[in-house]
Parts: sequence; C-alpha cells; structure tokens
Amino acid sequence: MKQLPPQIRDWFDGRGWRLRQHQTDMIAAAGAGRDALLVAATGAGKTLAGFLASIAELIEQPDFEGLHTLYVSPLKALAVDVQRNLLEPVEEMGLDIRIETRTGDTPSDRKARQRARPPHILLTTPESLSLLLSYPESATMFANLRTIIVDEVHAFAPTKRGDLLALSMARLQTLAPAMRRVALTATVKDPDGFRGWLSSDGDYEGVDLVRGEPGAKADIRILLPEDRVPWSGHSGRYAAAQVMAEIEAHDLTLVFCNTRSLAELIFQDLWAVNDRNLPLGIHHGSLGVEARRKVEAAMASGRLRGLVCTASLDLGVDWGDVDLVIQMGAPKGSSRLLQRIGRANHRLDEASQAIIVPGNRFEYLEARAALDAVDAGELDEDIWRPGALDVLAQHIMAVACAGPFAADHMYREVRTAAPYATLSRDIFDRVLGFIESGGYALRAYDRYRRIRLGPDGLWRVSHPKFTKQHRLNAGIIVDAPVLDVRFRNGRRLGTVEEYFASTMRPGDTFYFAGLALEVEGIKDADLFVRATSRPARIPTYVGARMPLTTNLANRVRHFLHEPEEWRRFPQDVREWLEMQQMRSVLPAPNELLVETFPREGRHYMVAYSFEGWNAHQSLGMLITRRMETMGLSPIGFVSNDYAFACYSMKPVEDPRPLFSADILEEELIEWIQTSHLLKRAFREVAVIGGLIERHIPGKRKTGRQVTFSTDLIYDVLRKYEPDHMLLSAAWEDAKGRLTDIGRLADLLERAPSTMVHRQLDRVSPLAVPVLVLIGRERVATGTVDDELLIEAETLAQEAMRAV
Amino acid sequence: MVPLSFAGHDLTPLPDGALWWRARRALLLADLHLEKASWYAARGQMLPPYDSLKTLEDVAAVVAATGAQEVWCLGDSFHDRDGCDRLPDDARALLTGMTARLDWTWITGNHDAGFADACGGTVVEEALVDGLLLRHEAVPGEMRPELSGHFHPKLRLRVRGRGVSRRCFVVGERKIILPAFGALTGGLDAAAPPILKAVGGGAVSALIPTAEKLLRFPLAA
Repeated sequence: MKQLPPQIRDWFDGRGWRLRQHQTDMIAAAGAGRDALLVAATGAGKTLAGFLASIAELIEQPDFEGLHTLYVSPLKALAVDVQRNLLEPVEEMGLDIRIETRTGDTPSDRKARQRARPPHILLTTPESLSLLLSYPESATMFANLRTIIVDEVHAFAPTKRGDLLALSMARLQTLAPAMRRVALTATVKDPDGFRGWLSSDGDYEGVDLVRGEPGAKADIRILLPEDRVPWSGHSGRYAAAQVMAEIEAHDLTLVFCNTRSLAELIFQDLWAVNDRNLPLGIHHGSLGVEARRKVEAAMASGRLRGLVCTASLDLGVDWGDVDLVIQMGAPKGSSRLLQRIGRANHRLDEASQAIIVPGNRFEYLEARAALDAVDAGELDEDIWRPGALDVLAQHIMAVACAGPFAADHMYREVRTAAPYATLSRDIFDRVLGFIESGGYALRAYDRYRRIRLGPDGLWRVSHPKFTKQHRLNAGIIVDAPVLDVRFRNGRRLGTVEEYFASTMRPGDTFYFAGLALEVEGIKDADLFVRATSRPARIPTYVGARMPLTTNLANRVRHFLHEPEEWRRFPQDVREWLEMQQMRSVLPAPNELLVETFPREGRHYMVAYSFEGWNAHQSLGMLITRRMETMGLSPIGFVSNDYAFACYSMKPVEDPRPLFSADILEEELIEWIQTSHLLKRAFREVAVIGGLIERHIPGKRKTGRQVTFSTDLIYDVLRKYEPDHMLLSAAWEDAKGRLTDIGRLADLLERAPSTMVHRQLDRVSPLAVPVLVLIGRERVATGTVDDELLIEAETLAQEAMRAV
Repeated sequence: MVPLSFAGHDLTPLPDGALWWRARRALLLADLHLEKASWYAARGQMLPPYDSLKTLEDVAAVVAATGAQEVWCLGDSFHDRDGCDRLPDDARALLTGMTARLDWTWITGNHDAGFADACGGTVVEEALVDGLLLRHEAVPGEMRPELSGHFHPKLRLRVRGRGVSRRCFVVGERKIILPAFGALTGGLDAAAPPILKAVGGGAVSALIPTAEKLLRFPLAA
C-alpha cells in the first residue's frame, strides 16, 4: 500500500494514535479504485476512516478543482456534527480543503454559490442531494466527483430514502463515471445486502467488505422494581424513582422511550421525583429545531445530567459524554437495543453501561431475550423490498428539471440502482405516463402535460412552473398535517398533529416539550399556548408502533417452554409461569395456545400468537368480524405484542374455524382496502410521487379549506381506476409496513396443526397482561365509524343534560 | 330516515349529504364542485379525472332513491365558471339527462359565479321557495328561514382513541347549512368560528344522518 501523506501521519503521531486496520483497509480499497462498505461498532473512528482516502487525495492534488467528495447522512444534524469532527482534523493538519454543508436549512444564496463554485467536500442529506440533481448546473458540478460516502447506511438503505439515494447515485455515476462508492454502517446481520444496495451493477462482490475491530461487550442490566414486576403497562413508569437514582449516580444518562407520548410522560414522572433539581432535558422529533438544538448544545457542553429521548437520538450523534443508557419498556429488537446502547461511551475498549426497564412480565421475558440475543451477537433481519414507484417518479421529475432526457437512457440508468434492478420497461413507462399527466387510462389531461416528448426523442419539462413546483414539494418524509405550537411572543416549541389540535379547545391543557401548556387559541397554522400548572394530557401521535421482531418473539416463546431457563428470572415472574403451567398450559415454541373462559357474564378468548401488536390488531379485527357473523355477539378485543383477546356475549366453543387461512383471502383484503392504513399510505405516495402538493404551512388561509382530502381522491380512484399505479404503490407500502401480512399468513397457515385449545373455568395467569388492557386502551371493536358516532352522541347528550 | 322540522316544513337530511323536501318532492344539494380535479390538473396536480362522474352518479342514485322531481343546487356546483365546458362525455350525458328530465335549478356560488347553463337547468342567484330562502352563502342578518351551503361543514370527533370525521348539517334557529355533496370536497370543522358566525346566535347543532338515526351534536348553546 502506498504511504499516507506526511500531514496525516504526523497528525496521528501527534495524538499518539495509530491507524487501525479498518482505516488502512479503507485506504487500500480507495487506492485500488474499489467501492467499499465499512461495518464497525460506534466509536471505532468510522467516519474518519471514510474520509481519510479523500483527504489524502486532496493533499496529493493541491490544484484539484471542484467537488471531490460528497458525504450523505440521513440526519441533518449529523451533517453539522461531522463538519465539526472532520473540520477539526483537517484544520489541525493545516490543510487547505474547503468543506461545506448543504441541507434544507442552508440559506439559498449559499446554495446558489455552492452550485456555481462547489467546495472540495460537501456534506448533505439524501433529499438535498436529490434537489441538487434537479438543477442544470449539476452536470458540471459533479463532473469531477471522485467519491460518495454514505453514512449510517443501516438506518435507511432498505427504506424509501434509501431508494431515493440509490437513484441519485445512479444519476451521479452517469455524470461522474469515475465516482467511487463508500458506505459506513453499524453492525448489521447481513452486510452482503448492504453491499448489494451500494453496488453500481447489482453485484455485491464488486464492493469490498471492511470490518472494524469488535468493541468491548456492553454491560446491560435489567432493572427490577422494588416490589413486583407489574402485570401490565409497557412503559416502565413505575420505576421513575429508581431511574432518577441512576441518573444521580451517573454523569449523563440517556433515557430512551419507544414513543414521543411516552417520552413526555416519563419526563413528567422524572421531574416529579427530581428532588435534587438536576438539569434534565427532553428530545423528540415533534419538538422544534430550535428546541432540539438547544438541548443538543446543553448536552455537548456538559450542562445536562439526564435526557429523555426517542428514536430521534438513535443515530450516531456524538454530542456528549454519555455514560449510561436506559431503555424504558422493552427494546422490541436486538439491533435497536445495541445501537441505543452504543450512544453510551464512544470508546471502543470500554464497555457501555445500559439498563432495561421492562414494563410488564412479558416485557421482562422480552428484555431477557434481548440480552441473550446481544450476548449471542444475534441481530435483526433487514427486510429488502423492491424500490418504491412514487420515489422513482420523484427522481425522474428531478432529473427532468435539470435537462432533457431520453427514456431509453433513463431506464438503463435507473436499473443500475439496486432497488430498481428488476424494474420492467412496462412499469417504467407507466411511471413516465404518471409524471406526464397523471397516468390515467382516459388520458383526460393531455393538454396539461408536465413533461413532453419532443420530436428529437427527448423528454422536457413543459413549463418552468412545474420545475418550481417539484423543488417545493420534493422529499421523502411525509408528516401528518401539523400545527406549530407557539407562545404569544412567537416562540415556537414544535408541532402537534392537526388532528390532535382539532380536538383541543381554548382552556384545554396538554404536556409538550416537558411543559404543561394551556391552549389559548388556534390561528391559521398556529396553536397558541401559555404555560400552566394545571394537570394536562399528552398529545397522541399517529406514528406506528415498533413491532416486536421475530427473533425476540422466538426467544420469548422458547423461554415459556423451558423451565430450566426460569431459574434466571425473578421470583414473581417464575411463580407466574409455574401457576400458568398448573392452571392451563405453556405452549411449545411452535404451538398456538388459545384459551377460552367465562368471566363476569362475558366470554373470553385469548390467543398467544407472539406476532407483534400490528399483526394482532389486524387479526383481532378480522376474528371479531367472524364472531359477529357466527352470532357470538363480540363486544371488543385488545392486543399487545404477545397475544390478543376477544370478548363476547356467547362463548367460543371451537376456535378453529375462526383461525382458518381463508380469512386472508377476502376478508383481510377487503378490510385493508377500506382501512385508514391504506389511506395513509396513499397520502404518502400521492405526495412523494408528486400527484398533489404538500401542505405548506405558510400557505394556509384562515377558515377555508385550501387543500383536498387524499382520502376522497383515494375513494374515487379506487372506484374508477383500481389498477392505477399509485394504488399499487400504496398497497405495496401498506403491505410491507404495518400489517405484517407475512407474519399473519404464517400464523394462520400453522394454526390448524399447531393450535392447542384450553377451556378454563376462569382467567389464566398468562392472560392477565393483555386482559388488563380492556377498559384502559378503549380500543374499539370492529365497529364502523357509525357506531362510534352513535356512542359519542350518547355521551354528548349525557354531558349536556341539565339535570 | 328522520325528518327535521324547520320553519314549518319537514326536511330530511340524508346520509350522503342531500336534504330531502318530501312535500315538494325536491332535493337540495350544496357544493358539488364538479370538475374540481381538472381545475387542479391545469395547475400541475393531476387529480383523478373521475370526480364529476362520481358526484353525478351519486346525485342520480339519490334522485332514484327518493323519486325527486325537483333539484336545487345551492351554489359552487362547478369548481369554476368554465367547469361546465370541461365535463367529460359520460358525466355530461348523465347530467344533461337529469336536467332534461327534472326541474333543475342552479344557484350560483362564489366558485361558479357567472357560469352559463350549457348543461341544462335554470341559473339563478338565489330563490325563495315556499317561504324558505335558498342561497349559496348564509347572510348573517337574514331574518327569513334560510338554506345554504358554502362552508362544507364536517364534524370531527375522537371516540375510543379513533378519529371520526363526517360531513354534517349545521342547524341554527333560522338557518341550515348543508354539507358539501361533491366527491372531492374537503371540509371545515363544524364548530369553526366562520360557521358559527354564519349560522347566527342561539342553539346550534351538527346533525349527522345515519341509516337508522339522526344524530345531533350540540355545537353552541
């Protein structure tokens, strides 16, 4: 291998550091002109390893003109952070290398200057890169590009943002044939999947695999409550005092919560027991950028002792000396747990400290399973799916905005992006037709075409207004419509979903950003609030719940059947399982246990299917419907990650017909098509694909509706053109994302041969964690909206009655 | 279907958003917004070109179900004044068939002000029918009983952790505001200040007809 330039060697020597093996390997890959994927734990100097080769090249070619290296990170804040971590070494080496960032927050004059005179290294996000590619200058700007570095690729390669970046890379490769691809990832189960995603020709062997040295094993504990492990709940709220004691005993503790609502609750709980008045903060995705930056800065400068956060801190932002990570509730997956734990202690050779606080007895088993999985080095599977068509539409429109293109070339180029490797010409042409004028069979909008095919065989944007429209609306993340939460003085705290806001009236109170707030009023897109000391409720977010991974579910099933494992469990968990074995049965890992029993005049059926909350919600809905047709008068159902329970006026004598696989054929499809799930997916693909414009907050007018409901568009399209491309795209999304149809199908396929039915005289111990949800979660039955409305009217009448 | 007694007349709100006036065998419909999709398509948002057909099929269905002989459209029947010219052939045939067969009146609104009746029917600005004033937008000081559209009222509720949103009639002491009938028409919260202001003081409720019951939700006392 050739020598590194002296500036870099001296810098390493000056710090008493040596080049690590993976850093050397990454430089070697660059020297050989090969693409490379670096898999390494947090704290391994991963980012620097990615950049070293570029820095060396820029030292060797001091006259290099233009953009040399493009760095893409999924997080805006990360690009800012890396600028700091990269700028510092470059400055200390005394190098004249121009490094700049470009995100949605970059002022437009600087963006224009970057297009005309690009820096040597540009740090950006997938969305900003896609926008850059929509400018005619992109051809010259990227002509000299040597390297693209994609960071934290595990976090987004198998998602729509990954699709967008894969397409952008395909475009860049055409503009800069010499460009080399590099990606950095945390430890993943299947590196070859990521190599394939990164490759420029679909062959993963063309991408070198470089592995970092393994870090020290993490030191993880399960926190047990001072009294008993609770029967129910999934938040670990009971443990506030114990969590506070841990915060007091450490310098800086991150408290991870699985949802934003939970983060607000936990923050309130901790604050209530914060007798020593330690500085605590809260961080989640609905808070305003200003609020988040403030907390991040406080953390970096050591002014915080505890930070309650959500997945918003999952990625490798290296702001402070975190020495403890606490996971509230079950971690739901071993990879996620490992990455969260990696936030503590960014040094490889020291063990990270972490504590899991299980919310209930099942979650205790799940926490134990996660620990075992981490010990065994078992990671969760990444699920790869074909590239999304709405993203493809957005990308092609971006390229069209930059200049004319030929369909044949575009098709070939798009197929070099791994997610689109198998895209058929027919589907590609349908996407083109969609961009052109909506892609309707009627061709009703030919006179309004957004792109036109010229006599020279090239497609062009037909009017500059469509280019402008594209740039305003491009992007992959489609949030539910939101309102800004503001104080009267204009200070913005963050956002709440429009739906939540629409249920609030002046005088109502809610917790947000760690404060109790009272609503003063809504004006345009703002929800005005003031601080209050009155008790408050918590905003609900539409966001999906994290599903329990199959790998943890399997481990929990295994625990149930292996009494010798129980010796490791606390006494009350052990007694719970022993009692279950005595009163009913503990299913073998491949069995589906169904219990039925009467209680207080109702009849209950509990199925322990371990397929995760999402799958159970769908199944509960379908089974309740079947019970309805069978005349069993179901009243409702509840579910958690491990089981679901239906309750009815009449008993289920034989559960087998309820679980037959044909439920998936018509009933499921019918249910999904009319569900909110598919409508939400449709809204996303309609916005990403460019069918409709985004809700742009500043553009909203008072009082009158200025936008249209995508639900209505969905209904009309489904009725008149059910084969439309966007409906297929929405269907693909919904299928993969929320209902876990595959898991449902497996479960039902197995059910006839694996079902163990126990008729009991009363409730079993295993049933308690799910049954206590009745009345607490108030989940509706299969009820259509009408029944909900009738119920609401009754309540309203009752409340409005004078005597 | 439960009728509502209003200014001495029995009027029946129907689940799809039409108001049925049995004594006259008349249907009242507000805010059809025909050709809304093509209006947006001309501006780069290619909404499905089936909204007029869907809306008019719904109109035809409610006409058939009630046996109506009169139809009153309370304004914004077309999304813009040229909407009538853009109707696709199938939708146009359906509409002209109905306007030829029925006693059909277009009341103009703010969207379709000044449109010509290229599709049949009579165009008026407002109408007084058996003592009821029909117009597009409620006039706050109006003392006569009045039926109007314009606001697209919708009731939004959170019940059992689920959001439910439904088109509704807003009924005050002297005014009824009809929901929008059009297939692609969005809605405004029934309790929004502009609606409460338009419907005047006194007791105001939102009405949602379901198959069996007429649900009543108080909005203001």
